[in-house]
Amino acid sequence: MRWSRLGAVLAAVIPAVALAQSPPAPGSRFVVVLDAAHGGDDAGAKLLGPDGSAELEKDYTLALSVRLRSLLAARGISVVTTRESDVTLDAQRRAEIANHAGAQACLSLHAAMSGSGVHLFISSLSPAQHATFVPWKTAQAAWTPRSIALAGMLNSALAHSGLKVTIGRTALTMIDSMTCPAVAVEVAPEQAAGSSGPSGGIGDSAYQAQVAEAIAAGLLEWRATTPAEGQNP
Amino acid sequence: MIPRYQTVLFVILLAASMVMGAVLWQLRDRAHQRLLAGEDSAPTRAPEVAPVEQATLMVANDADDSLETRILSLPLPAGPTGRARAVLGRLLDLYAAAGAAHPVPGGAQAIADVFLLPAKHSSDAQSSAGGGSRPASGEGLAVVNLTGAFASSHPSGIETEALTILSICATLRANLPQVSEVRFLVDGQPRATLAGHADLTRTYLTSEPTGPAGGDQP
Repeated sequence: MRWSRLGAVLAAVIPAVALAQSPPAPGSRFVVVLDAAHGGDDAGAKLLGPDGSAELEKDYTLALSVRLRSLLAARGISVVTTRESDVTLDAQRRAEIANHAGAQACLSLHAAMSGSGVHLFISSLSPAQHATFVPWKTAQAAWTPRSIALAGMLNSALAHSGLKVTIGRTALTMIDSMTCPAVAVEVAPEQAAGSSGPSGGIGDSAYQAQVAEAIAAGLLEWRATTPAEGQNP
Repeated sequence: MIPRYQTVLFVILLAASMVMGAVLWQLRDRAHQRLLAGEDSAPTRAPEVAPVEQATLMVANDADDSLETRILSLPLPAGPTGRARAVLGRLLDLYAAAGAAHPVPGGAQAIADVFLLPAKHSSDAQSSAGGGSRPASGEGLAVVNLTGAFASSHPSGIETEALTILSICATLRANLPQVSEVRFLVDGQPRATLAGHADLTRTYLTSEPTGPAGGDQP
């Protein structure tokens, strides 16, 4: 009876804090978490192609996640995905999956019709000291500097492949609770070099492949500069 | 047998009744026309009695993820609450206009209310700053109550939602420097996100440089 009460108390307290992951042993594997945003009842944005075809953001992000997972697995990178099908996941559950993975990089994949190129977003939380227990809603604060470094690496890789990239900071619930270097990647319609606006469809297969290849290249570079045991900020 | 004078009187009364009926019918038509004419010329909005002043709007641009400073002359009420509502209404009118660089439907009607309160130096602000900068004493919290129709019709996406929030916060800061924190409600209630992405449950610090910045260009 007493143990059940203790369990109830812990269940009430634990979601409010995130237990910081202990650093993996030297030589441990390099893990990337891919979070295909939305899913199930949450369809996300409606993406329109130049020919009038429509696609839901939840389907687009899942396809991008699958494509990226294949590219990363082929390069020997372990991948943990938050969803593999059209299921509803709340932001807390996504962060829980990412935090349990002990990952060296966490990407939240999104798509939108506004703007052009690829938008990278980092948490707007100010950097904070690392601690064993951190508030759940601001767990990302200790990882902000590493997230900025990861975004810079992805920015370089995307720009190197000829894509327009913008970097911003914003408040996103699922990112703010992640205890790993985390970046939200939002894919917008393609913009050709020298053009001032969108010039291609977001659903274009070649464009998707270019974005996925560039992100994979950025993560490979991130792996080369990030010791596997250095997950803690 | 009806006397002759009664017959004549009856005919005269009948004729008088018909004439009066016709006159009344015409008077009714004229009154209806006057009513319609009066409606056409009735003022559809309250006259602007506030003096025209310069207001600084931080206008979002989706093309380059930037906030552009635009100075406009607007009739601004003297009170800070009315002033805040006026500048935000004008900002959202720009977004609702055809060909806007940051297209968002709704316009000024999307701002249901703006409340200005003393800033609360509590953990609420920490949630957005992660223990970062704190508002100085005397600074204020602006609570912006948006309409549900605005939130429902707002385009979905991290960039577009972030730009809307940032431009509202920056515009409030530019015109009401005492506003250091901004919270958002939708139809008077807390809401998780604006349109599926940007977190509306937290307090935004207007001094926090969370705006999008340009990345490397190919």
